[in-house]
Amino acid sequence: MKLPIYLDHQATTPMDPRVLEAMLPYFTEVFGNAASRSHAFGWKAEQAVEQARGEVAALIGASDKEIVFTSGSTEAINLAIKGVAEMYASKGKHLVTSLAEHKAVLDTLKHLEKLGYEVTYLKPDRSARISPEQVAAVLRPDTILATFMWANNEVGTLNPIRELGALCKQRGVLFFSDATQAAGKVPVDVEKDGVDLLCLSGHKMYGPKGVGALYVRRKNPRVRLTAQIDGGGHERGMRSGTLNVPGIVGLGKACDLARLELDQESRRLRELCEHMQKRIEKELGYVQLNGHPSERLPGNLNLSFHFVEGESLLMGISDVAVSSGSACTSASLEPSHVLRAMDVGEDLAHSSIRFGIGRFTTRAEVDYAVDSLVKAVKRLREMSPLYELAQEGVDLKTIQWQSGH
Amino acid sequence: MAYSDKVLDHYNHPRNVGALDKSREDVGTGVVGAPECGDVMKLQIQVEGDRIVDAKFKTFGCGSAIASSSLATEWLKGKTLEEAGTIRNTEIVQELSLPPVKIHCSVLAEDAIKAAIADFRKKQEEHRSAATRSA
Repeated sequence: MKLPIYLDHQATTPMDPRVLEAMLPYFTEVFGNAASRSHAFGWKAEQAVEQARGEVAALIGASDKEIVFTSGSTEAINLAIKGVAEMYASKGKHLVTSLAEHKAVLDTLKHLEKLGYEVTYLKPDRSARISPEQVAAVLRPDTILATFMWANNEVGTLNPIRELGALCKQRGVLFFSDATQAAGKVPVDVEKDGVDLLCLSGHKMYGPKGVGALYVRRKNPRVRLTAQIDGGGHERGMRSGTLNVPGIVGLGKACDLARLELDQESRRLRELCEHMQKRIEKELGYVQLNGHPSERLPGNLNLSFHFVEGESLLMGISDVAVSSGSACTSASLEPSHVLRAMDVGEDLAHSSIRFGIGRFTTRAEVDYAVDSLVKAVKRLREMSPLYELAQEGVDLKTIQWQSGH
Repeated sequence: MAYSDKVLDHYNHPRNVGALDKSREDVGTGVVGAPECGDVMKLQIQVEGDRIVDAKFKTFGCGSAIASSSLATEWLKGKTLEEAGTIRNTEIVQELSLPPVKIHCSVLAEDAIKAAIADFRKKQEEHRSAATRSA
């Protein structure tokens, strides 16, 4: 087994060698500009781009013309939200979202608020889910867009997308879903699920970094966007800029592989996750699962270890790469906004670890990670004053903590 | 984040982890921080005359918080109460090469030292007044 072990697949994934192989010719031999219409170099590049467009569309049940290539999900999110807001401003200036969304969505909406738009931030339930009833209660005649992520990047919870899509359609509100974590991991069908806009990213599904796509519905209804990057009118005017041909080819290949292997791979990941969770819970007490017990992303396991601070735990398992919701691991010194929105409790947010199992993770690696985790948690609990109090039977909630921090 | 060798050393081999009997009159206990903030330090000293003869800690917190409290117990042993009271967080920062975002860990350690000394002095005070009352 090679150390360190990578268990942070919600942050990024290694590229599948089959993807790299598909991309390689497009750096050197087939280097043409896909917008060059006057010679074979351009035609070949264009052909490769169009094939990739078809592969991306096939993964999510869309048609080719509904796919706009971008530099990744963040750009796609900016284009979807700002593009809709600008295009439909005369219809209304109200948007709806959840507090558990990714910062790319939340910060884009914050920007719109400064421009005079109004945003309703719904509080998710304790598993990070948004219910259609909650959304129905806040939709208004001037609501132009509802945006809810397909799968949460921290706790892996899946939103009830199909119900949300049906509700938005019925109320005449456009529905955008950030499917960065979900695409290629769980079945996505923009028709059946009633999604009008959707984004995905290459590097979250064993493709290259720096490339992603936005799905923009063309029928029932036809969604229009105001471009956020102006220039040569590429991507039907929605996203100017010379196409990243090798990246797009890689994204297409990654989507193709994900689609073909989705059923088998998601079953394998679920089993590995279940194995990991069972072993941890058997060997350690005081462990809490964050997120939904069943409606979750295959491969994601987010756990809080009572009485142990997340960053110190990361130090204790230094040959296993995971991430923590602890404030100490973030630049802002704020604990995870997702765990806060879920009311997990600040203390447990500090004690959370996200395990992300991926395509190349083996059972032996999972077992190694569990062994090293169990050892570290036990050691840190032995030096935790909170564990000592709990062992003495003191309820930590009854203590008045002296705190200036 | 990269940790300094000294932080790693204290994290991997913490000095003086444990507990002293907090009901004893010669033991002072300081508990500072809060679980919601991600740091709780418990620091204890055992005093003979005015000299600290033993010190123990338990810490819930990041590696730098564990290292700060471990270092504090190391420094406390053998010092008089007066000397112990002059330990400053800046010395801990310097010794452990803590980055700016971890300075609060050293502040907490200084607070814990002060709280333990104050607890010990309060006990002595109470003991004296109890003795006076019974006399």
